Amino acid sequence: MLELREIAHARSGDKGNIANIGVIAKEPEYYPIIEEHVTAARVKDHFGDLCEGEVERYPMQNIHAFNFVLHEALGGGGVGSLYLDNQGKTYSGAILRMELDVSIDTDD
Amino acid sequence: MIRIGYPSGYWGDDQAAPSRMLESAADLDYLAMDYLAEITMAILKRQQERDETLGYARDFPALVEKLLEDLVDQDVTLLANAGGVNPESCKDAVMEVAANADADVSVAAVAGDEILERIPGLREQGIEFDNMDSGRSFETVADDLVAANAYLGSFPIAEALDEGADIVVTGRCIDAALAMGPMIHEFGWDPDQYDNLASGLVAGHLLECGAQVTGGVFLDDWEDVDFMEMGYPIVEMDADGEFVVTKPDGTGGLVNEATVKEQLVYEIKDPNAYHTPDVTADFTTPQLNQVGENRVRVTGCEGTAPPESLKVSALYRDGYKAQLLLTYSWPDALNKAERADDVIRGRLDRADVALSEIRTEYVGYNGCHDGISPRPEDPNEIVLRIAVKADGKEAIDSFGKTAIPIAIAGPPNVTPLVSGRPDPEPVLSFWPCTIPRDAVEPTLTVESTGVN
Repeated sequence: MLELREIAHARSGDKGNIANIGVIAKEPEYYPIIEEHVTAARVKDHFGDLCEGEVERYPMQNIHAFNFVLHEALGGGGVGSLYLDNQGKTYSGAILRMELDVSIDTDD
Repeated sequence: MIRIGYPSGYWGDDQAAPSRMLESAADLDYLAMDYLAEITMAILKRQQERDETLGYARDFPALVEKLLEDLVDQDVTLLANAGGVNPESCKDAVMEVAANADADVSVAAVAGDEILERIPGLREQGIEFDNMDSGRSFETVADDLVAANAYLGSFPIAEALDEGADIVVTGRCIDAALAMGPMIHEFGWDPDQYDNLASGLVAGHLLECGAQVTGGVFLDDWEDVDFMEMGYPIVEMDADGEFVVTKPDGTGGLVNEATVKEQLVYEIKDPNAYHTPDVTADFTTPQLNQVGENRVRVTGCEGTAPPESLKVSALYRDGYKAQLLLTYSWPDALNKAERADDVIRGRLDRADVALSEIRTEYVGYNGCHDGISPRPEDPNEIVLRIAVKADGKEAIDSFGKTAIPIAIAGPPNVTPLVSGRPDPEPVLSFWPCTIPRDAVEPTLTVESTGVN
């Protein structure tokens, strides 16, 4: 088992009630691992009740990244949301906690 | 090649950053600054309703006063969306500052983005303004609308520069337009040169949050970033659309492929089609290469035609909200906080307080990642956060009166995180919708101080 944070970094933000999380492979060779294991369904499951809508996944092979779009994921979004993190700024941290059923040798 | 600096990612960003950039960066041609979040438009609209000469970022003229000498000496053009809902008055205020300083400058105002008063007429012509995310009908918010502005593109800004403006203030435009306008002006890019415009857009997207591309909020290796003397970003753009992202020498922060990648993915949906008024850019095309210390070269951006409609930033009155924050300490901090929440909710039910929404979070446990983060075994303290929403202020007042006694008549070892009863805060919610491009007519006025 390995935590996603060991092979990827990420940034997240909001568009209204939609949160997006870009997950970036730390090394190009980790990109296929993310492709195989960090599916839209897996991310939807990982976020549970925080994400009430669907999750879309878009590959960005140019930067060895995947962009995840989480619908209805910010309690309504914007200033009307009651979430402490109403802009999804911390969701990049939340996704990196995901455990993957893979073993690899990382440098660090 | 032109060099564009972007020393402000939002209104409230480091006030010293623009002058620091002018001091530390050689050969800058343009300084672009973002002032407008969606919510800002509603705040400025309210200020303008009280005084018709207001409605712009009031600290902007003071900033111009501070920067003017350096801008003139170094021949740097300044662009900002500080015009808010009243770019004309912003321009007048900047003109006054420049005239007082005996500076010979031309100031331009780009407007025409505001559509609030025009909406009833436009609806009669058949434009719906329904919510583009939820599909909700505009009817449900029509009476509560407080601001509505179309996002303008880059060409009106380029036109202002063609007319010789030294300072350009705009209303609502896409943030990237403040950087793209100068490129279109300098290189003469045509509206159908989509690859070049896509390059400009990618560059603008990387710049528009200021320090977020130079190490700010960097998640990978953040421990290594010098946040103290943060360097703000500079783009060096070539006529063919290839560019370098960098920052002034001798400043803190960090520019590498990883910082640029993180900002490239920031707040995007489908990366294959990033829609703007000028171009639909494909964010899966840019190639990044580190070409020196704190220098990343971006090449290969591709784009296609923009959509026929413009996005509208609209806000409507959506009731009130408030939050209660109480800190509980060891022993059994989390259990105490949970018990307090039970009691408060019970009392709210009994008093029949008309809340439309209530949410409880335990900061230290699940404030950020509710449902994902593991329950901490024995935390020293937990902050109970109860947030509520209601249609009227009275319900929020009742919430405060009903909840606050828990500090004495409840679980022990409690101290408030903020003092006093929770204040009702008006909620202005975002209403995303679109307007056909030809229903919006950007306007431009340019005026010179004519000093000397």
